[in-house]
Amino acid sequence: MTRDEALFQFLLRMGDNTLVLGHRISEWCGHAPVLEEDIALANTALDLIGQTQLWLGLAGEVEGKDRDADRLAFHRDVWDFHNVLLVEMPNGDFGQTLMRQFLFDAWHSIMLGRLQKSADHRVAEIAEKTGKEVAYHLERSADTVVGLGDGTPESHQRMQAALDYLWPYIGEMFASDDIDAEMASAGIAPDPASLREEYDALVTKVLSDATLAIPQSTFSHKGGKAGTHHSEHLGHLLTQMQWLQRAYPDATW
Amino acid sequence: MTHPSAEQVWEWLDQVPDPEIPVISVVDLGIVRNVQWEDDKLVITVTPTYSGCPATSIINLDIETALRGHGIEKIELKRQLSPAWTTDWLSTKGASKLEKFGIAPPQPAGGPSRCPRCGSPKVEKVSQFGSTPCKAHWRCLECLEPFDYFKCI
Repeated sequence: MTRDEALFQFLLRMGDNTLVLGHRISEWCGHAPVLEEDIALANTALDLIGQTQLWLGLAGEVEGKDRDADRLAFHRDVWDFHNVLLVEMPNGDFGQTLMRQFLFDAWHSIMLGRLQKSADHRVAEIAEKTGKEVAYHLERSADTVVGLGDGTPESHQRMQAALDYLWPYIGEMFASDDIDAEMASAGIAPDPASLREEYDALVTKVLSDATLAIPQSTFSHKGGKAGTHHSEHLGHLLTQMQWLQRAYPDATW
Repeated sequence: MTHPSAEQVWEWLDQVPDPEIPVISVVDLGIVRNVQWEDDKLVITVTPTYSGCPATSIINLDIETALRGHGIEKIELKRQLSPAWTTDWLSTKGASKLEKFGIAPPQPAGGPSRCPRCGSPKVEKVSQFGSTPCKAHWRCLECLEPFDYFKCI
């Protein structure tokens, strides 16, 4: 594997995370509990889709096979996606959606902070730009997790259930493989494991403010980043997201 | 052949309205980062406000259309991500126009200093997000009107 091949895979991971999560939360458009939350979710989705264009755009450039961001987003199948499993999990109720958002935002903001020091200036520039947006996402998702966790008995119980359901998907964000090792040795991206301490400190603080109990289990699902074992949920998501481009290849409007 | 000066081009660009908030220009918004002639080609460097803002492509189109209207034929629009856009680049003229239009301008404190309609400092946040990616939703506790606040980033 050459450095550019590893970089391509790394960029797909970044772009697929934002693409799949962006699509997931756009599913709330018109369905959120109140108008303000509907708008907030749609705006967050829009930011994430914009970030996807930057990451997948650069991925296509690095790959050099004439695939642009749209091509990569709409013409790959499940096994070629490299997002972490956490972001493809179903929306569930509003609490579960916001818990997933918080658990991802916390990792995303720390990751982008590190990537601003990337040896590859293109990666550093995207991280600088998108890091500002993600800091804003994190502020909101953390506040909402605290508000709902430390809310009514009903909202508390739902947030605890969401945390218990999503917790086994956290570990994958910190697992390293050959691609991560290549990125770390090139100074392009940090070793994922090195983000864990900062993540745990942040997440523990917010979840304890939210009066929620962190599950004891350290079991972790994996296979999303590598693309070898996606959940059944991703395929369903892609049938919706890619329908038009698959039915009418190269359609323009 | 002589071509219009960069100063002249900046003035023209200051006449190009933001498509979502037409009271301010793309120059007021602080997204035009550089204007430069490279031989007979005019290179305009533009930075996006938010990564996913749908107005970005319209802004590029509007800039190009305006400059063609002034007789410039060879134009290149360059995208620049770094340094990332900040609301500190919003012009003073732009900030006061925003307020007159009913949008509270960005404040370093993170929230509007007063209601853009009645001027009361008694305001509260409704949502961190609003009608476009660059705005949040607030309301005045005095005149009870809701209003947009231009987010500070």
